[in-house]
Amino acid sequence: MTIFRDIGQYLLMLGGMISRPENAKMYWKEFIHQCSEIGIGSLGIVVIISIFMGAVSTVQTAYQLVSPLIPLSVIAQVVRDTVILEFAPTLVCIVLAGVVGSKIASELGNMRVSEQIDALEIMGINSKTYLVLPKIIAALVVIPMLVIIAGVLGIWGGRLAGSMTGIVPPAIFDQGLLEAFAPYNVIFALYKAYTFAFIISSISAYFGYYVKGGALEIGRASTKAVVISCIMILFADYMLAALLL
Amino acid sequence: MIEVKNIKKSFGDKVVIEDVSAVMKDGQCNLIIGTSGSGKTVLMKCMVGLFEPDEGEILYSGESFTKMNRNEKTEIRKQIGMLFQGSALFDSLTVQENVMFPLNMFTTWPTRKKLERVNEVLDRVNLKDTNKKFPAELSGGMKKRVGIARAIVLNPKYLFCDEPNSGLDPQTSLVIDRLIKEITLEYNITTVVNTHDMNSVMEVGSYVLYMYQGRKEWEGSNKQIIFSKNQRLNEFIFASEFLKDAKEMRMLEETGKMPNDRNIDDMIK
Repeated sequence: MTIFRDIGQYLLMLGGMISRPENAKMYWKEFIHQCSEIGIGSLGIVVIISIFMGAVSTVQTAYQLVSPLIPLSVIAQVVRDTVILEFAPTLVCIVLAGVVGSKIASELGNMRVSEQIDALEIMGINSKTYLVLPKIIAALVVIPMLVIIAGVLGIWGGRLAGSMTGIVPPAIFDQGLLEAFAPYNVIFALYKAYTFAFIISSISAYFGYYVKGGALEIGRASTKAVVISCIMILFADYMLAALLL
Repeated sequence: MIEVKNIKKSFGDKVVIEDVSAVMKDGQCNLIIGTSGSGKTVLMKCMVGLFEPDEGEILYSGESFTKMNRNEKTEIRKQIGMLFQGSALFDSLTVQENVMFPLNMFTTWPTRKKLERVNEVLDRVNLKDTNKKFPAELSGGMKKRVGIARAIVLNPKYLFCDEPNSGLDPQTSLVIDRLIKEITLEYNITTVVNTHDMNSVMEVGSYVLYMYQGRKEWEGSNKQIIFSKNQRLNEFIFASEFLKDAKEMRMLEETGKMPNDRNIDDMIK
């Protein structure tokens, strides 16, 4: 029964945050602040993960393609499509669920426990609109950007690894990148990025917003937010692939 | 004026408040007292709309707050200031930004005017040169005073204080009590204080509502409390031998059998 109560409360939270802002300037400020927190705050880890995942993809694809009949440029095609279709959106968003999701859940949880959310309500401010909505919109704006950066860096990391190990010369890698390129894959990756961004921000906000108790419960809510977000990302990943590819 | 009419509130099967009524007048400190778990915080949260009562209604200046829609409640809430038990200051904002927050949200004043108002209220609660400090850098008493400053910055008609003295030493508690009383009289606001601090009851309690196990057990003023024959109230208020002696002394003062030459300013010094 808890799952139905959670789903109901989650939908009510989403519905409750749709209201007219008390002061548009303050909401804009909060939105920009959240963009900075989510985007700049996660950029470092996204850069590192992307370069390494591209590099590993190149090395492992080369390891598996042992036939002399397959041209080396195929390695670049495989790396490109794997990075664009799966690694950049899904892997990066799973990492972001940990980085951004736990941050959102613990921030809102701390505000709930220390009565800061009550203080906003008493002032006549819709706390869901002021605290949750800017986080979701900021995630929807910033996370797809991070996914695009991850895609570019992932492919570049693959090219770098191919060049450094001597598996694929840069010229052949570049040639492979242009062969059989389907622009729809990029659009599909963006569909995924938007879906995952909504999942990460809204589920984490839900678990943080409704925390009851103290520091221990904030930690539990944060962990739960990350775990549920990851599961939902994987489920949505499969559903999107089944429906849109 | 705030009227509480036959309020009942339950959480699951547990009835926390049962049939509580009270009238809290303008320009005075109205105290809700009781032991921990007696339902005073739940009553206050029902009064400000953080909890919906199961039965009964709350009236602000004769208008039923309970029956209002969200927008109407928001308008009433703009007239409410609240000091929370843990101060509830926004951690990521400085003292100045915390106090300015309601002004930023609800006024279109120029920054200079907002700053003037912030400095005025910070001055009023005796906090100077703390504008740029973060809540984590303040003592408990200072946090409470910033909380009061934020609560009064929009000139509210109603001020709610949830256990304003919790975690404070007796001297700082006295300063906070006096500040709340002065602000109440100065701005002629309806102040509701939720406390189990004996000093607060005797110093600022123009109207005292004593709750016991979710019900109204006694009501009256801090002067009447001395002469009350209610056993539960006496056991709660005058719990120690020292307080019983203090009660005897205050009774002698009130009946004119002993002169009252105590000065609250000297006590604070």
